[in-house]
Amino acid sequence: MNNIFVDANRKQIAGRRRIDFTLRLLFLIATSIGVIALMALLIDIISDGISMLRPELFNNFPSRRASEAGMKSAIVGSLYMLLIMAPLSFLLGVGAAIYLEEYAKKNRITRMIQLNISTLAGVPSIVYGILGLTLFVRELHLGRSLLAGAFTMTLLVLPIIIVSAQEAIRAVPKSRRDASYALGATKWQTVSRSVLPSSISGILTGVILAMSRAIGETAPLVMIGALTFVAFLPTGPMDSFTVMPIQIYNWVSRPQASFQALAASGIIVLLVMLLLMNLSAILLRNKYNKHM
Amino acid sequence: MQTLTKNQTLIEINQLNLFYGAFHALKNVSLRIPEKAITAFIGPSGCGKSTLLRTLNRMNDMIPGTRIEGGIAISGTDIYSGDVDVETLRKKVGMVFQQPNPFPKSIYDNIAYGPRLHGIHDRKKLDEIVETSLRSAVLWEEVKDYLKRSAFSLSGGQQQRLCIARALAVNPDILLMDEATSALDPISTLKIEELAQELKDRYTIVMVTHNMHQAARVSNQTVFFLNGEVVEYDETEKLFSNPTDQRTEDYISGRFG
Ligand SMILES: Nc1ncnc2c1ncn2[C@@H]1O[C@H](COP(=O)(O)OP(=O)(O)O)[C@@H](O)[C@H]1O
Ligand SMILES: [Mg+2]
Repeated sequence: MNNIFVDANRKQIAGRRRIDFTLRLLFLIATSIGVIALMALLIDIISDGISMLRPELFNNFPSRRASEAGMKSAIVGSLYMLLIMAPLSFLLGVGAAIYLEEYAKKNRITRMIQLNISTLAGVPSIVYGILGLTLFVRELHLGRSLLAGAFTMTLLVLPIIIVSAQEAIRAVPKSRRDASYALGATKWQTVSRSVLPSSISGILTGVILAMSRAIGETAPLVMIGALTFVAFLPTGPMDSFTVMPIQIYNWVSRPQASFQALAASGIIVLLVMLLLMNLSAILLRNKYNKHM
Repeated sequence: MQTLTKNQTLIEINQLNLFYGAFHALKNVSLRIPEKAITAFIGPSGCGKSTLLRTLNRMNDMIPGTRIEGGIAISGTDIYSGDVDVETLRKKVGMVFQQPNPFPKSIYDNIAYGPRLHGIHDRKKLDEIVETSLRSAVLWEEVKDYLKRSAFSLSGGQQQRLCIARALAVNPDILLMDEATSALDPISTLKIEELAQELKDRYTIVMVTHNMHQAARVSNQTVFFLNGEVVEYDETEKLFSNPTDQRTEDYISGRFG
Protein backbone atom coordinates (compact mmCIF):
# COMPACT_ATOMS: atom_id res chain seq x y z
CA MET A 1 0.00 0.00 0.00
CA ASN A 2 1.23 3.45 -0.85
CA ASN A 3 2.04 5.69 2.05
CA ILE A 4 0.52 9.07 1.30
CA PHE A 5 3.35 10.82 3.14
CA VAL A 6 5.99 9.23 0.93
CA ASP A 7 4.04 9.96 -2.20
CA ALA A 8 4.46 13.73 -2.07
CA ASN A 9 7.02 15.39 -4.30
CA ARG A 10 10.05 15.94 -2.13
CA LYS A 11 11.73 18.33 -4.52
CA GLN A 12 8.71 20.59 -4.66
CA ILE A 13 8.42 20.64 -0.91
CA ALA A 14 12.09 21.53 -0.51
CA GLY A 15 11.59 24.41 -2.94
CA ARG A 16 8.61 25.71 -1.02
CA ARG A 17 10.55 25.52 2.21
CA ARG A 18 13.34 27.60 0.66
CA ILE A 19 10.92 30.29 -0.50
CA ASP A 20 9.32 30.29 2.91
CA PHE A 21 12.69 30.75 4.59
CA THR A 22 13.86 33.49 2.23
CA LEU A 23 10.66 35.47 2.62
CA ARG A 24 10.78 35.19 6.35
CA LEU A 25 14.33 36.55 6.27
CA LEU A 26 13.31 39.45 4.03
CA PHE A 27 10.46 40.43 6.30
CA LEU A 28 12.75 40.24 9.29
CA ILE A 29 15.25 42.53 7.57
CA ALA A 30 12.51 45.00 6.66
CA THR A 31 11.37 45.12 10.25
CA SER A 32 14.91 45.40 11.55
CA ILE A 33 15.71 48.38 9.36
CA GLY A 34 12.86 50.31 10.93
CA VAL A 35 13.66 49.23 14.46
CA ILE A 36 17.41 49.77 14.13
CA ALA A 37 16.98 53.23 12.62
CA LEU A 38 14.66 54.17 15.45
CA MET A 39 17.02 52.78 18.08
CA ALA A 40 19.97 54.62 16.55
CA LEU A 41 18.00 57.84 16.59
CA LEU A 42 16.95 57.34 20.19
CA ILE A 43 20.46 56.47 21.37
CA ASP A 44 21.89 59.46 19.52
CA ILE A 45 19.36 61.83 21.04
CA ILE A 46 19.73 60.44 24.52
CA SER A 47 23.53 60.61 24.43
CA ASP A 48 23.34 64.18 23.13
CA GLY A 49 20.70 65.38 25.49
CA ILE A 50 21.28 63.53 28.72
CA SER A 51 23.76 66.14 29.99
CA MET A 52 21.19 68.91 29.68
CA LEU A 53 18.41 66.88 31.30
CA ARG A 54 18.65 68.80 34.57
CA PRO A 55 16.21 70.63 36.86
CA GLU A 56 16.85 73.93 35.06
CA LEU A 57 15.30 72.46 31.94
CA PHE A 58 11.96 72.37 33.71
CA ASN A 59 12.38 75.37 36.01
CA ASN A 60 13.94 78.02 33.78
CA PHE A 61 12.71 80.13 30.96
CA PRO A 62 14.66 80.22 27.68
CA SER A 63 17.85 82.21 27.83
CA ARG A 64 20.64 83.38 25.56
CA ARG A 65 23.04 81.36 27.68
CA ALA A 66 22.53 77.66 27.10
CA SER A 67 23.67 76.82 30.61
CA GLU A 68 20.75 78.77 32.08
CA ALA A 69 18.16 77.96 29.47
CA GLY A 70 15.09 75.85 30.21
CA MET A 71 11.78 75.11 28.55
CA LYS A 72 9.38 75.87 31.38
CA SER A 73 7.23 78.17 29.26
CA ALA A 74 7.12 75.62 26.44
CA ILE A 75 6.14 72.73 28.70
CA VAL A 76 3.46 74.80 30.40
CA GLY A 77 2.32 76.12 27.00
CA SER A 78 1.93 72.58 25.68
CA LEU A 79 0.03 71.51 28.78
CA TYR A 80 -2.33 74.49 28.63
CA MET A 81 -2.87 73.78 24.99
CA LEU A 82 -3.83 70.20 25.86
CA LEU A 83 -6.10 71.45 28.59
CA ILE A 84 -8.18 73.47 26.13
CA MET A 85 -7.84 71.18 23.13
CA ALA A 86 -8.63 67.84 24.78
CA PRO A 87 -12.14 68.56 26.12
CA LEU A 88 -13.04 70.70 23.12
CA SER A 89 -12.02 68.16 20.50
CA PHE A 90 -13.50 65.33 22.58
CA LEU A 91 -16.92 66.98 22.73
CA LEU A 92 -16.97 68.10 19.11
CA GLY A 93 -15.44 64.91 17.74
CA VAL A 94 -17.55 62.46 19.70
CA GLY A 95 -20.66 64.55 19.09
CA ALA A 96 -20.06 64.44 15.35
CA ALA A 97 -19.33 60.72 15.46
CA ILE A 98 -22.53 60.00 17.38
CA TYR A 99 -24.51 62.08 14.94
CA LEU A 100 -23.03 60.39 11.89
CA GLU A 101 -23.32 56.85 13.26
CA GLU A 102 -26.58 56.96 15.17
CA TYR A 103 -28.71 59.81 13.92
CA ALA A 104 -27.81 60.78 10.35
CA LYS A 105 -29.84 59.16 7.60
CA LYS A 106 -27.60 57.05 5.42
CA ASN A 107 -28.07 59.20 2.33
CA ARG A 108 -25.90 61.00 -0.20
CA ILE A 109 -25.31 64.05 1.99
CA THR A 110 -24.11 61.92 4.89
CA ARG A 111 -21.81 59.99 2.59
CA MET A 112 -20.39 63.25 1.28
CA ILE A 113 -19.76 64.56 4.78
CA GLN A 114 -18.10 61.27 5.61
CA LEU A 115 -15.85 61.46 2.58
CA ASN A 116 -14.90 65.02 3.45
CA ILE A 117 -13.98 64.11 6.99
CA SER A 118 -11.77 61.28 5.83
CA THR A 119 -10.11 63.62 3.36
CA LEU A 120 -9.59 66.30 6.00
CA ALA A 121 -7.74 63.78 8.14
CA GLY A 122 -5.06 63.74 5.45
CA VAL A 123 -4.75 67.47 4.81
CA PRO A 124 -1.22 68.77 5.63
CA SER A 125 -1.10 70.47 8.98
CA ILE A 126 0.27 73.72 7.55
CA VAL A 127 -3.06 74.18 5.80
CA TYR A 128 -4.77 74.17 9.17
CA GLY A 129 -2.25 76.79 10.23
CA ILE A 130 -3.32 79.05 7.37
CA LEU A 131 -6.97 78.47 8.24
CA GLY A 132 -6.30 79.25 11.89
CA LEU A 133 -4.41 82.40 10.99
CA THR A 134 -7.28 83.68 8.86
CA LEU A 135 -10.17 82.53 10.97
CA PHE A 136 -9.09 82.72 14.58
CA VAL A 137 -6.17 85.15 14.62
CA ARG A 138 -7.57 87.72 12.19
CA GLU A 139 -11.33 87.32 11.68
CA LEU A 140 -12.23 86.45 15.25
CA HIS A 141 -9.53 88.79 16.62
CA LEU A 142 -8.10 86.21 18.94
CA GLY A 143 -4.59 87.36 18.04
CA ARG A 144 -1.56 85.13 18.47
CA SER A 145 -3.05 83.68 21.60
CA LEU A 146 -3.12 80.33 23.29
CA LEU A 147 -6.81 80.15 22.44
CA ALA A 148 -6.21 80.72 18.72
CA GLY A 149 -3.56 78.00 18.82
CA ALA A 150 -5.78 75.57 20.70
CA PHE A 151 -8.68 76.16 18.31
CA THR A 152 -6.44 75.60 15.31
CA MET A 153 -5.09 72.38 16.77
CA THR A 154 -8.62 71.27 17.62
CA LEU A 155 -9.57 71.60 13.95
CA LEU A 156 -6.45 69.66 13.03
CA VAL A 157 -7.25 66.67 15.23
CA LEU A 158 -11.03 66.68 14.81
CA PRO A 159 -11.17 64.51 11.68
CA ILE A 160 -8.91 61.92 13.30
CA ILE A 161 -11.06 61.85 16.43
CA ILE A 162 -14.30 61.68 14.50
CA VAL A 163 -13.15 58.78 12.35
CA SER A 164 -11.74 56.77 15.27
CA ALA A 165 -14.80 57.46 17.45
CA GLN A 166 -17.05 56.35 14.60
CA GLU A 167 -15.11 53.11 14.35
CA ALA A 168 -15.45 52.54 18.08
CA ILE A 169 -19.18 53.24 17.97
CA ARG A 170 -19.69 51.04 14.95
CA ALA A 171 -17.93 48.18 16.72
CA VAL A 172 -20.72 48.03 19.32
CA PRO A 173 -22.81 45.03 18.28
CA LYS A 174 -26.32 45.72 17.01
CA SER A 175 -27.65 43.17 19.47
CA ARG A 176 -26.67 45.49 22.31
CA ARG A 177 -28.68 48.33 20.81
CA ASP A 178 -31.62 45.96 20.24
CA ALA A 179 -31.50 44.89 23.88
CA SER A 180 -31.82 48.51 24.94
CA TYR A 181 -34.59 49.46 22.50
CA ALA A 182 -36.54 46.33 23.37
CA LEU A 183 -36.67 47.50 26.99
CA GLY A 184 -38.31 50.73 25.89
CA ALA A 185 -35.25 52.96 25.67
CA THR A 186 -35.29 56.06 23.52
CA LYS A 187 -32.52 56.69 21.04
CA TRP A 188 -30.58 58.96 23.36
CA GLN A 189 -30.99 56.57 26.28
CA THR A 190 -29.62 53.79 24.10
CA VAL A 191 -26.71 55.90 22.93
CA SER A 192 -25.82 57.24 26.35
CA ARG A 193 -26.38 54.11 28.43
CA SER A 194 -25.45 51.31 26.08
CA VAL A 195 -23.49 52.47 23.04
CA LEU A 196 -21.17 55.01 24.67
CA PRO A 197 -20.25 52.89 27.72
CA SER A 198 -19.41 50.07 25.33
CA SER A 199 -17.25 52.26 23.12
CA ILE A 200 -15.81 54.83 25.47
CA SER A 201 -12.38 53.24 25.89
CA GLY A 202 -12.06 52.93 22.11
CA ILE A 203 -13.09 56.55 21.76
CA LEU A 204 -10.65 57.71 24.43
CA THR A 205 -7.86 55.73 22.81
CA GLY A 206 -8.46 57.66 19.60
CA VAL A 207 -8.59 60.97 21.45
CA ILE A 208 -5.31 60.30 23.25
CA LEU A 209 -3.54 59.28 20.06
CA ALA A 210 -4.86 62.43 18.38
CA MET A 211 -3.62 64.51 21.31
CA SER A 212 -0.19 62.97 21.09
CA ARG A 213 -0.11 63.89 17.44
CA ALA A 214 -1.11 67.47 18.28
CA ILE A 215 1.54 67.78 21.00
CA GLY A 216 4.26 67.16 18.45
CA GLU A 217 2.89 69.49 15.77
CA THR A 218 4.89 72.62 14.96
CA ALA A 219 3.90 73.92 11.55
CA PRO A 220 0.37 75.21 12.20
CA LEU A 221 1.46 76.97 15.37
CA VAL A 222 4.39 78.64 13.65
CA MET A 223 1.89 79.73 11.05
CA ILE A 224 -0.46 81.35 13.50
CA GLY A 225 2.49 82.99 15.21
CA ALA A 226 3.37 81.13 18.36
CA LEU A 227 6.48 82.83 19.71
CA THR A 228 9.84 81.15 19.80
CA PHE A 229 11.16 83.00 22.81
CA VAL A 230 8.74 83.24 25.71
CA ALA A 231 10.13 84.25 29.08
CA PHE A 232 6.83 84.19 30.96
CA LEU A 233 3.98 81.81 31.61
CA PRO A 234 0.67 82.46 29.93
CA THR A 235 -1.80 83.62 32.59
CA GLY A 236 -4.93 83.38 30.49
CA PRO A 237 -6.16 81.96 27.21
CA MET A 238 -5.55 85.26 25.41
CA ASP A 239 -1.82 85.38 26.23
CA SER A 240 0.84 84.58 23.69
CA PHE A 241 2.55 81.26 24.13
CA THR A 242 5.02 78.71 22.89
CA VAL A 243 5.02 74.92 22.87
CA MET A 244 7.68 72.25 23.20
CA PRO A 245 8.34 71.45 19.55
CA ILE A 246 8.71 75.15 18.74
CA GLN A 247 11.17 75.62 21.57
CA ILE A 248 13.12 72.62 20.33
CA TYR A 249 13.08 73.98 16.80
CA ASN A 250 14.41 77.27 18.09
CA TRP A 251 17.28 75.59 19.90
CA VAL A 252 18.17 73.34 17.00
CA SER A 253 18.52 76.33 14.72
CA ARG A 254 21.26 77.86 16.88
CA PRO A 255 24.84 77.12 15.90
CA GLN A 256 26.32 76.47 19.37
CA ALA A 257 26.85 72.85 20.39
CA SER A 258 25.43 73.52 23.83
CA PHE A 259 22.10 74.53 22.30
CA GLN A 260 22.12 71.37 20.21
CA ALA A 261 22.39 69.39 23.41
CA LEU A 262 19.60 71.46 24.90
CA ALA A 263 17.44 70.66 21.89
CA ALA A 264 18.17 66.97 22.33
CA SER A 265 17.14 67.14 25.99
CA GLY A 266 13.93 68.89 24.93
CA ILE A 267 13.28 66.10 22.48
CA ILE A 268 13.73 63.55 25.26
CA VAL A 269 11.10 65.32 27.35
CA LEU A 270 8.72 65.45 24.40
CA LEU A 271 9.31 61.77 23.59
CA VAL A 272 8.70 60.70 27.16
CA MET A 273 5.44 62.60 27.13
CA LEU A 274 4.35 61.01 23.86
CA LEU A 275 5.36 57.61 25.16
CA LEU A 276 3.24 58.06 28.27
CA MET A 277 0.27 59.12 26.22
CA ASN A 278 0.59 56.17 23.87
CA LEU A 279 1.04 53.84 26.80
CA SER A 280 -2.20 55.03 28.35
CA ALA A 281 -3.89 54.55 24.98
CA ILE A 282 -2.64 50.95 24.87
CA LEU A 283 -3.81 50.30 28.42
CA LEU A 284 -7.23 51.66 27.56
CA ARG A 285 -7.43 49.55 24.44
CA ASN A 286 -6.58 46.40 26.38
CA LYS A 287 -9.31 47.17 28.86
CA TYR A 288 -11.67 47.71 25.94
CA ASN A 289 -10.78 44.41 24.30
CA LYS A 290 -11.44 42.56 27.53
CA HIS A 291 -14.95 43.98 27.64
CA MET A 292 -16.01 43.19 24.10
CA MET B 1 -61.83 33.37 13.41
CA GLN B 2 -62.45 31.14 16.37
CA THR B 3 -60.75 31.71 19.68
CA LEU B 4 -58.79 28.64 20.50
CA THR B 5 -58.75 28.51 24.24
CA LYS B 6 -60.96 29.75 26.96
CA ASN B 7 -58.36 32.50 27.51
CA GLN B 8 -59.28 35.91 26.24
CA THR B 9 -57.67 37.30 23.13
CA LEU B 10 -54.91 39.75 23.98
CA ILE B 11 -53.32 40.39 20.61
CA GLU B 12 -55.40 40.68 17.51
CA ILE B 13 -53.63 40.79 14.18
CA ASN B 14 -55.84 41.88 11.35
CA GLN B 15 -55.03 41.50 7.64
CA LEU B 16 -51.40 42.39 8.25
CA ASN B 17 -49.09 42.94 5.30
CA LEU B 18 -45.45 43.87 5.68
CA PHE B 19 -43.02 44.93 2.99
CA TYR B 20 -39.24 45.22 3.17
CA GLY B 21 -38.89 47.65 0.28
CA ALA B 22 -40.44 45.74 -2.60
CA PHE B 23 -40.30 42.38 -0.85
CA HIS B 24 -43.66 41.22 0.49
CA ALA B 25 -42.62 39.48 3.72
CA LEU B 26 -46.00 39.03 5.48
CA LYS B 27 -49.14 38.38 3.50
CA ASN B 28 -52.61 38.95 4.93
CA VAL B 29 -51.77 37.62 8.34
CA SER B 30 -54.72 37.43 10.71
CA LEU B 31 -54.31 35.89 14.13
CA ARG B 32 -55.72 36.06 17.61
CA ILE B 33 -53.25 35.40 20.35
CA PRO B 34 -54.77 34.54 23.72
CA GLU B 35 -53.45 35.91 26.96
CA LYS B 36 -51.53 33.91 29.57
CA ALA B 37 -50.65 31.11 27.24
CA ILE B 38 -47.76 30.16 25.01
CA THR B 39 -48.19 30.65 21.30
CA ALA B 40 -45.51 29.18 19.05
CA PHE B 41 -44.62 30.31 15.53
CA ILE B 42 -43.16 27.50 13.47
CA GLY B 43 -42.16 27.22 9.85
CA PRO B 44 -39.10 26.93 7.66
CA SER B 45 -36.35 29.53 7.86
CA GLY B 46 -37.21 32.77 6.07
CA CYS B 47 -40.99 32.35 6.24
CA GLY B 48 -41.49 35.52 8.30
CA LYS B 49 -41.73 34.29 11.90
CA SER B 50 -39.25 36.82 13.28
CA THR B 51 -40.73 39.55 11.14
CA LEU B 52 -44.18 38.99 12.59
CA LEU B 53 -42.76 38.79 16.11
CA ARG B 54 -40.98 42.12 15.63
CA THR B 55 -44.18 43.81 14.50
CA LEU B 56 -45.60 43.10 17.96
CA ASN B 57 -43.13 45.40 19.72
CA ARG B 58 -42.46 47.53 16.65
CA MET B 59 -38.78 46.63 16.45
CA ASN B 60 -39.36 46.62 12.69
CA ASP B 61 -39.77 50.39 12.85
CA MET B 62 -36.00 50.62 12.97
CA ILE B 63 -35.43 48.74 9.73
CA PRO B 64 -35.35 51.36 6.96
CA GLY B 65 -37.73 50.73 4.08
CA THR B 66 -40.23 48.70 6.10
CA ARG B 67 -43.87 49.35 5.32
CA ILE B 68 -46.88 47.94 7.07
CA GLU B 69 -50.55 47.61 6.13
CA GLY B 70 -53.35 46.36 8.31
CA GLY B 71 -53.46 46.48 12.05
CA ILE B 72 -52.37 44.96 15.30
CA ALA B 73 -54.35 45.59 18.43
CA ILE B 74 -53.18 44.74 21.91
CA SER B 75 -55.98 44.84 24.49
CA GLY B 76 -58.03 46.57 21.83
CA THR B 77 -55.54 49.39 21.17
CA ASP B 78 -54.06 49.72 17.71
CA ILE B 79 -50.32 49.75 18.44
CA TYR B 80 -49.53 51.45 15.13
CA SER B 81 -51.87 54.35 15.74
CA GLY B 82 -50.39 57.78 16.34
CA ASP B 83 -51.19 57.98 20.01
CA VAL B 84 -49.29 54.84 21.00
CA ASP B 85 -45.87 55.69 22.29
CA VAL B 86 -43.39 53.11 21.06
CA GLU B 87 -41.28 53.18 24.25
CA THR B 88 -44.34 52.42 26.36
CA LEU B 89 -45.33 49.65 23.97
CA ARG B 90 -41.90 48.03 24.26
CA LYS B 91 -42.06 48.27 28.01
CA LYS B 92 -45.29 46.28 27.89
CA VAL B 93 -44.02 43.85 25.23
CA GLY B 94 -40.65 42.45 26.26
CA MET B 95 -38.33 40.61 23.92
CA VAL B 96 -35.69 37.93 24.24
CA PHE B 97 -33.36 37.37 21.30
CA GLN B 98 -31.75 34.40 19.65
CA GLN B 99 -28.28 35.12 20.99
CA PRO B 100 -28.10 36.04 24.66
CA ASN B 101 -27.24 39.75 24.57
CA PRO B 102 -26.45 40.97 28.08
CA PHE B 103 -24.88 44.41 28.45
CA PRO B 104 -21.21 44.49 29.43
CA LYS B 105 -22.30 45.44 32.92
CA SER B 106 -22.82 43.66 36.20
CA ILE B 107 -25.66 41.20 36.64
CA TYR B 108 -27.37 43.76 38.85
CA ASP B 109 -27.01 46.60 36.37
CA ASN B 110 -28.29 44.43 33.55
CA ILE B 111 -31.55 43.87 35.38
CA ALA B 112 -31.73 47.46 36.62
CA TYR B 113 -31.17 48.86 33.13
CA GLY B 114 -34.85 48.78 32.16
CA PRO B 115 -36.31 50.13 35.42
CA ARG B 116 -33.74 52.94 35.38
CA LEU B 117 -34.77 53.86 31.82
CA HIS B 118 -38.26 54.35 33.13
CA GLY B 119 -37.22 56.52 36.01
CA ILE B 120 -36.73 54.16 38.94
CA HIS B 121 -33.56 55.11 40.79
CA ASP B 122 -34.41 54.31 44.39
CA ARG B 123 -31.85 51.76 45.53
CA LYS B 124 -34.23 49.73 47.66
CA LYS B 125 -36.83 49.58 44.94
CA LEU B 126 -34.19 48.50 42.41
CA ASP B 127 -32.86 45.81 44.78
CA GLU B 128 -36.36 44.49 45.06
CA ILE B 129 -36.95 44.46 41.31
CA VAL B 130 -33.62 42.75 40.69
CA GLU B 131 -34.44 40.01 43.16
CA THR B 132 -37.99 39.35 41.96
CA SER B 133 -36.96 39.39 38.31
CA LEU B 134 -34.10 36.98 38.92
CA ARG B 135 -36.38 34.75 40.97
CA SER B 136 -38.96 34.76 38.17
CA ALA B 137 -36.28 33.70 35.73
CA VAL B 138 -35.11 30.98 38.16
CA LEU B 139 -31.65 32.48 38.28
CA TRP B 140 -31.64 34.04 41.73
CA GLU B 141 -30.23 31.09 43.63
CA GLU B 142 -27.36 30.78 41.18
CA VAL B 143 -26.30 34.43 41.15
CA LYS B 144 -27.51 36.05 44.37
CA ASP B 145 -23.98 36.18 45.80
CA TYR B 146 -22.43 37.50 42.59
CA LEU B 147 -24.70 40.35 41.60
CA LYS B 148 -21.72 42.66 41.13
CA ARG B 149 -20.00 40.29 38.72
CA SER B 150 -20.00 40.91 34.99
CA ALA B 151 -22.91 39.31 33.16
CA PHE B 152 -20.32 37.84 30.81
CA SER B 153 -19.07 35.59 33.60
CA LEU B 154 -22.29 33.58 33.28
CA SER B 155 -22.74 30.57 31.02
CA GLY B 156 -24.76 30.93 27.81
CA GLY B 157 -27.88 29.43 29.36
CA GLN B 158 -27.57 31.63 32.44
CA GLN B 159 -27.05 34.67 30.22
CA GLN B 160 -30.26 33.87 28.38
CA ARG B 161 -32.16 33.55 31.65
CA LEU B 162 -30.59 36.85 32.68
CA CYS B 163 -31.97 38.38 29.49
CA ILE B 164 -35.39 37.00 30.37
CA ALA B 165 -35.09 38.46 33.87
CA ARG B 166 -34.02 41.76 32.34
CA ALA B 167 -37.12 41.78 30.15
CA LEU B 168 -39.34 40.93 33.13
CA ALA B 169 -37.85 43.74 35.20
CA VAL B 170 -39.89 46.40 33.39
CA ASN B 171 -43.07 44.53 34.19
CA PRO B 172 -44.32 43.56 30.72
CA ASP B 173 -47.57 41.79 29.88
CA ILE B 174 -46.20 40.02 26.85
CA LEU B 175 -42.90 38.25 26.34
CA LEU B 176 -41.63 37.64 22.82
CA MET B 177 -38.95 34.99 22.41
CA ASP B 178 -37.22 34.68 19.05
CA GLU B 179 -35.55 31.27 18.92
CA ALA B 180 -34.33 32.01 22.42
CA THR B 181 -32.89 28.54 22.88
CA SER B 182 -31.32 27.90 19.51
CA ALA B 183 -27.87 29.00 20.69
CA LEU B 184 -28.03 26.90 23.86
CA ASP B 185 -27.13 23.37 24.87
CA PRO B 186 -29.94 20.84 25.52
CA ILE B 187 -29.91 21.22 29.29
CA SER B 188 -30.10 25.02 29.17
CA THR B 189 -32.82 24.68 26.54
CA LEU B 190 -34.83 22.48 28.82
CA LYS B 191 -34.46 24.96 31.68
CA ILE B 192 -35.76 27.77 29.52
CA GLU B 193 -38.67 25.66 28.33
CA GLU B 194 -39.58 24.91 31.94
CA LEU B 195 -39.22 28.57 32.74
CA ALA B 196 -41.60 29.49 29.92
CA GLN B 197 -44.12 27.02 31.32
CA GLU B 198 -43.94 28.75 34.69
CA LEU B 199 -44.14 32.22 33.25
CA LYS B 200 -47.20 31.62 31.15
CA ASP B 201 -49.42 31.86 34.21
CA ARG B 202 -48.46 35.50 34.51
CA TYR B 203 -47.39 36.52 31.00
CA THR B 204 -48.55 36.06 27.46
CA ILE B 205 -45.70 34.37 25.65
CA VAL B 206 -45.14 34.31 21.92
CA MET B 207 -42.20 32.21 20.86
CA VAL B 208 -40.58 31.64 17.52
CA THR B 209 -38.94 28.30 17.24
CA HIS B 210 -37.11 26.50 14.49
CA ASN B 211 -37.72 23.34 16.44
CA MET B 212 -41.13 21.68 16.01
CA HIS B 213 -40.56 19.40 18.95
CA GLN B 214 -40.07 22.41 21.15
CA ALA B 215 -43.34 23.89 19.92
CA ALA B 216 -45.05 20.59 20.57
CA ARG B 217 -43.55 20.33 24.06
CA VAL B 218 -44.20 23.79 25.42
CA SER B 219 -46.83 25.71 23.50
CA ASN B 220 -50.59 25.87 23.88
CA GLN B 221 -51.24 26.91 20.34
CA THR B 222 -49.11 26.81 17.26
CA VAL B 223 -49.07 28.88 14.10
CA PHE B 224 -47.52 27.36 11.02
CA PHE B 225 -46.09 29.83 8.50
CA LEU B 226 -45.00 29.37 4.95
CA ASN B 227 -43.68 32.12 2.67
CA GLY B 228 -45.11 34.91 4.77
CA GLU B 229 -48.54 33.38 5.12
CA VAL B 230 -50.30 31.67 7.97
CA VAL B 231 -51.04 28.16 6.72
CA GLU B 232 -52.61 26.82 9.84
CA TYR B 233 -53.30 27.93 13.37
CA ASP B 234 -54.62 25.63 16.01
CA GLU B 235 -54.22 24.21 19.44
CA THR B 236 -50.81 22.65 19.53
CA GLU B 237 -52.03 19.16 20.26
CA LYS B 238 -54.53 19.30 17.45
CA LEU B 239 -52.17 20.85 14.94
CA PHE B 240 -49.53 18.21 15.51
CA SER B 241 -51.86 15.22 15.74
CA ASN B 242 -54.40 16.15 13.17
CA PRO B 243 -53.38 18.95 10.81
CA THR B 244 -55.97 20.07 8.28
CA ASP B 245 -53.60 21.41 5.64
CA GLN B 246 -51.42 19.08 3.60
CA ARG B 247 -48.47 21.51 3.83
CA THR B 248 -48.64 21.49 7.61
CA GLU B 249 -48.62 17.75 7.62
CA ASP B 250 -45.65 17.65 5.28
CA TYR B 251 -43.76 20.08 7.48
CA ILE B 252 -44.44 18.43 10.83
CA SER B 253 -43.70 15.01 9.46
CA GLY B 254 -40.32 16.38 8.40
CA ARG B 255 -40.82 16.20 4.67
CA PHE B 256 -39.37 19.70 4.19
CA GLY B 257 -37.93 22.65 6.11
N1 LIG C 1 -34.23 43.67 7.36
C1 LIG C 1 -34.68 42.99 6.29
N2 LIG C 1 -34.63 43.54 5.07
C2 LIG C 1 -35.08 42.85 4.00
N3 LIG C 1 -35.56 41.61 4.04
C3 LIG C 1 -35.62 41.00 5.23
C4 LIG C 1 -35.18 41.65 6.42
N4 LIG C 1 -35.36 40.81 7.47
C5 LIG C 1 -35.89 39.68 6.94
N5 LIG C 1 -36.06 39.80 5.61
C6 LIG C 1 -36.62 38.80 4.72
O1 LIG C 1 -37.92 38.54 5.13
C7 LIG C 1 -38.20 37.14 5.10
C8 LIG C 1 -38.63 36.68 6.47
O2 LIG C 1 -37.53 36.79 7.36
P1 LIG C 1 -37.63 36.37 8.88
O3 LIG C 1 -38.82 37.01 9.47
O4 LIG C 1 -36.33 36.67 9.50
O5 LIG C 1 -37.84 34.80 8.76
P2 LIG C 1 -37.76 33.67 9.86
O6 LIG C 1 -37.62 34.32 11.19
O7 LIG C 1 -39.02 32.92 9.71
O8 LIG C 1 -36.58 32.83 9.51
C9 LIG C 1 -36.94 36.47 4.60
O9 LIG C 1 -37.09 36.20 3.23
C10 LIG C 1 -35.87 37.49 4.83
O10 LIG C 1 -34.89 37.39 3.85
MG1 LIG D 1 -35.99 34.22 12.56
